[in-house]
Amino acid sequence: MGAGAGQAVAGQGAAPAGAVIAARNLDLTFQTGDGPVHALKGVSLDIRKGDFVSFIGPSGCGKTTFLRCIAGLEEPTGGSLSVNGMTPDAARRARAYGYVFQAAGLYPWRTIGRNVSLPLEIMGYGRAEIAERVARVLALVDLAGFEKKYPWQLSGGMQQRASIARALAFDADILLMDEPFGALDEIVRDHLNEQLLQLWARTDKTICFVTHSIPEAVYLSTRIVVMSPRPGRITDVIDSPLPRERPLDIRDTPEFLDVAHRVREGLRSGHAYEG
Amino acid sequence: MKRSVLPVLTVVLALLVIWYGAAVWLNAAWAQDRATRAGVELSLAELVADTWAQDKPKLPAPHQVAVELWETTVEKKITSKRSLVYHSWITLSATLLGFALGTALGIALAVGIVYNRVMDMSVMPWVIASQTIPILAIAPMIIVVLNAVGISGLLPKAMISMYLSFFPVVVGMVKGLRSPAIMQLDQMKTWNASPAQTFWKLRLPSSLPYLFTSMKVAMAASLVGAIVGELPTGAVAGLGARLLAGSYYGQTIQIWSALFMAAALAAVLVGLIGLVQRLVLKRMGMA
Repeated sequence: MGAGAGQAVAGQGAAPAGAVIAARNLDLTFQTGDGPVHALKGVSLDIRKGDFVSFIGPSGCGKTTFLRCIAGLEEPTGGSLSVNGMTPDAARRARAYGYVFQAAGLYPWRTIGRNVSLPLEIMGYGRAEIAERVARVLALVDLAGFEKKYPWQLSGGMQQRASIARALAFDADILLMDEPFGALDEIVRDHLNEQLLQLWARTDKTICFVTHSIPEAVYLSTRIVVMSPRPGRITDVIDSPLPRERPLDIRDTPEFLDVAHRVREGLRSGHAYEG
Repeated sequence: MKRSVLPVLTVVLALLVIWYGAAVWLNAAWAQDRATRAGVELSLAELVADTWAQDKPKLPAPHQVAVELWETTVEKKITSKRSLVYHSWITLSATLLGFALGTALGIALAVGIVYNRVMDMSVMPWVIASQTIPILAIAPMIIVVLNAVGISGLLPKAMISMYLSFFPVVVGMVKGLRSPAIMQLDQMKTWNASPAQTFWKLRLPSSLPYLFTSMKVAMAASLVGAIVGELPTGAVAGLGARLLAGSYYGQTIQIWSALFMAAALAAVLVGLIGLVQRLVLKRMGMA
C-alpha cells in the first residue's frame, strides 16, 4: 500500500493494513432500455489477506457483479475500489488474481495439461517453467497423471478442478470464484469443497467465493457477506467462529448451524425490504 | 453403411428409368421425322432403340454419356485436346487457385470485420451487394479488363472463382470468429491477453468448424466460377470450353459428359475438404 493508496482509496482514508481488497461506497448502475438498474449501491467492504470470503444472496443481488468489479471486468460508476493497493484494472494487468468461472471453460482442442498452461503461455513463461508449474498445480488439485487427457475424457468435477488449477498456475495471491461448483451434484460438490479448503490452507491465498448455497458458504468461509437485490447491497457481514481446520462433519455442530441460521436471517431481512 | 446402400441404389435406379423414359419422349420426334423422310414405318422397339442411339439427341441416353466419358478419359491420352482429363485439369487449376485466393480474401475480410468497428459497419453490405451481381454479367468484364492490363490465361478465371468463393468464407468466418462465449473472452481478459493472443489461441481454433463448412460451399462455387469464366472468353480449353463448343455444334453428348465431369470434380473436391475437416476436428476434440 502506502504510495499507491492515494489513487485507490478516497473519502474515509486509506484501507486498513492488511486489506487486499478495499471497497468504499461502490456504485454500479447499468443503463438499460427500461431505465437504470442499480446492480451495486453503496457497497463497502475490506477483505484481508488470507481471508476466505463468500458472497451469498438471491440472483440479482450483485454478488457476481461485485466479483467482476474486483476483476476489472466491470467499471464501477461510483465509489472507490482497490485491489492490492492498485485500481482493479492495474491489478488485472499485473495478473493479481486467478478467476474461476461457473463453467470450467476448458478448450476442447487442448489437453488438460495444455489447458492449464494456456495462461502461462499468454504470460510468456518459459517452456521448462510451464511444465514444472503445470505438474505442480495439477498435483495440487489431485489431477496428477491426467495431463495428457482431453477435457471430454474427464467428469464435470474433474474439469472444474482443472479450471481451478489453471487459475492457480500463475501464482496470483487472490482467487476469485464465481459459483464454481454451481453446476455439480451435491456429492461432488462436498468433495470439492473439502479439497478447496485444503488447497486454501496449503497456499494461503485470499479467496472470494460467490455462491447461492448457505451450507457451502458457511462451510468454506472465514467471512460471509450476505447481499440483497434491487439495489444490490450488503445486508450483513458475518465473521465465522468456526476454526480454520474443518472436517465435513463440522456441518452438524451447533456453531455451524448458528452461523447458517444467521445467514438465513440475513437473506430473509434482505427480502423483507421489497414487502 | 450397408443399410444406406439399398436406398441409394433405389434412387439411382429410379433416376435412370426416368432418364431413359425422358430420352424416348424428347428424341422420338426426330426419329419419327427421319423415318417419315426415308419412307419407313418404325415399330415401337425400333423407335425406342433409335431414340437411345442418335448422334445429336436432344437428351442423350445415360449409356451414351457413359461411353463418351469412357472414351474421352480412359481411351484418350491426357495430353490430347480431346481428352476430358486434360480439360478438367485446366478448369481444376483455375478452381484451386481461385479457391485459395477466395479463402484467403474471405478470412482476411472476416478478421477485419471482427476486429475493426469501421469495417464491421461498412464492409458487409458491399460483400452482400457483390453477390447480387450476376456472375455471367461481370465475368466478361473481368476478363476484358485484366486482358487490357496484360493478364490472361489462368489468373482471370481464378479471379472469377475467387469472386464467387470468398463470400461463403467471409460469412462463415465472421460467425466462427465470433463464436467464443463471452465467458471465454472475459477469461482471456483476466489473463491480460493481447488481441493477437486471443485471436490465435481462442478465436481462430473456435472458428475452424465454421471455416470447413464454408470452404465446402466455397469450393463448389469456385468450380462454377472457373467454368463460367471459360464461357465468355471463347476459351479453347477447360470444361467450360467443352460446354460451349458442345452447344455450338449441338454435341449434346459432349455437353452432358462435361457436366458429369464437373459434378464428379465438385464431389471429389468437397469430399476431400470433408475428409480434412473430419481428421482435423477429431484431432481437436471438436467432432
